[in-house]
Amino acid sequence: MTHRKEPIMEIGQEPGKNVAIGFWRSLFRDGIPAHEAVLQLIPARKAIYLLPVALFFFSLFFGRYMMDPVETCRILIIGSANACFDGASSLLSTVSGHPVLLPSFEQTWGASEETVVFRIRLPRLIAAMLVGGGLAIAGASFQGLFRNPLVSPDILGVSAGAGFGAALGILLSGNPWVIQVSAFVFGILAVAVTYGIGRAVGKGSTLVLVLGGIIVGSLFSAFISLTKYIADPYDTLPAIVFWLMGSLSAVSNADIVAVAPPILLGALCLYLVRWRINLLAVGEEEARALGVDTKRMTVVLIIASTVITASAVCISGIIGWVGLVVPHIGRMLVGPDFRKLIPVSAILGASFLLVVDDIARTLTAAEIPLGILTSLVGAPFFAYLLTRKKVGWIS
Amino acid sequence: MILDVNNASFSYDGITKQFEEISLSLRRGEVLSLLGRNGTGKSTLIKCILNILTLQKGEVEINGRRVGDMRPEEVARQVGYVPQAHQAVFPFSALDFVLMGRAPHISAFSVPGEEDYEKAEEAFERIGITHLREKSISEMSGGESQMVMIARALAQEPSLLILDEPTSHLDVGNQMKTIATIDQLAADGIAILMCTHFPDHAFLISHSAAILNKGRLIAQGRAEDVITKENLREAYGVDICVHYIEEAGRTVCIPMNPCGCRGRGEV
Repeated sequence: MTHRKEPIMEIGQEPGKNVAIGFWRSLFRDGIPAHEAVLQLIPARKAIYLLPVALFFFSLFFGRYMMDPVETCRILIIGSANACFDGASSLLSTVSGHPVLLPSFEQTWGASEETVVFRIRLPRLIAAMLVGGGLAIAGASFQGLFRNPLVSPDILGVSAGAGFGAALGILLSGNPWVIQVSAFVFGILAVAVTYGIGRAVGKGSTLVLVLGGIIVGSLFSAFISLTKYIADPYDTLPAIVFWLMGSLSAVSNADIVAVAPPILLGALCLYLVRWRINLLAVGEEEARALGVDTKRMTVVLIIASTVITASAVCISGIIGWVGLVVPHIGRMLVGPDFRKLIPVSAILGASFLLVVDDIARTLTAAEIPLGILTSLVGAPFFAYLLTRKKVGWIS
Repeated sequence: MILDVNNASFSYDGITKQFEEISLSLRRGEVLSLLGRNGTGKSTLIKCILNILTLQKGEVEINGRRVGDMRPEEVARQVGYVPQAHQAVFPFSALDFVLMGRAPHISAFSVPGEEDYEKAEEAFERIGITHLREKSISEMSGGESQMVMIARALAQEPSLLILDEPTSHLDVGNQMKTIATIDQLAADGIAILMCTHFPDHAFLISHSAAILNKGRLIAQGRAEDVITKENLREAYGVDICVHYIEEAGRTVCIPMNPCGCRGRGEV
């Protein structure tokens, strides 16, 4: 059966034929330029999955403190292995009651390199991938749920809520943990209020949900302004302003441990129901008639997306554009089917934020806030894409 | 009986009745045309049969089971629904769109498998629109997207097909194609409930017809008995001439010149 659309790559893959012969024949096949034939051989849509991996290794040694790529990989692999051995040793010691020391690889690098790789870059890169991929996947899901390609993950007020939570945390305590927890809690709270309005007024209709999001969003924006107004202009006010611009510079390993589970869990949830998002995207009533429990599905999508977004925002601050633009780029690559769009959005979102964060930390001696850069890079790139390729929803 | 509606009443606010005391039934391969003026409750009745809305009184049974007791996917395995028109937001391909009809047969965390693709292909072949498979629904004409929506409903493998004004926004050519398709599906044994604003379409395919007026059925039975001058006047408030035209080989319903419109009948 040839139902599923595969990239054009059958050349040389017919059973019983030598792949190499097929390859060379394809180079001289009727009139197709050689470089295009080679391009056709690359399963482009599969190669996308390697993009964040490649960018990850690049970003690991790339920075204001340049590192040798090979050395970086050695540090990463051997260092991780040693950490595992250490962990195993102490575990065995505790279990057996007497000290056990497993052998470990010799450390050939200095403490500063180790710190750069494990304490600074690794958590930051993982955070960029989690936040970028998470925001993109949440944005794609919301665009399907609200049947509107102009929707971003903060349509229900999660960012405004989290922003207020963070501002409140900065104002009252300044402890990073308090700020993060407060941001997360208020982000979730904002969406809960929005959902409450939607249920009370519109019986769960998505239009009323969006209106509720606008209400709650502007309410929390006002609260943010209020906290800024009463903040100390030399101390807490700049902290609030910088937090709202978004940054990954302060991310630690502990932050990753805290936010990775909710982000991955939410993403897994969206990945599992990815085909069903198609059904919601064609209309609530049609989805009902096709046997979808639309109310339950709506709740699942809102909870999963909100947990992802709130977790992302609480370590990174407010980062716009990723959740809006990346799903569009994904749609240009693989079409509107959420079965493919959800994984591709995650991949592209992770890659996009890795690149933007690389720019943020290397372009100038001081960090550039991420929220500024995502717009600065995202907006013109999006405009360029619109001119290059026909987009389905613009006729 | 595939569909049994018993003494059904519905109201959105509990005060004004959308319709009341409606009783209908449909057998295998039977086509019922539901007529009535705009806003008289036809679409609401359809939503009640699909269990999207819940009746205040009375019951809807599909193949002997009350829809109120069925889960959404159980209803969708029995009843296919073709809405009036699809507003495409995302440019799904026709194949992806028809595959969605397989949803009631696929578990919530799953994606369509080989069998579902085969059923979707079958639906395309049955309607004769295999050539549209890769076309995006946002680029389709009204007639094409109507056919794709019927194909999607068929992919559900329903025993009852409900169509909400399937011909209302189509040109005459596509109207006849759609009617012929529906007739073929009925011949294959699917029960069909169709809302329509064209009483003479009922003569083309219907075994039976019903007229809904102000929330009540004013006539119900064989199409020839229901679609009469008197009933149509009551339903639509204008005089309608019901006439067999030999040249066309069918009975047509034509509104009479109602209020002295200045168009010339005679040449």
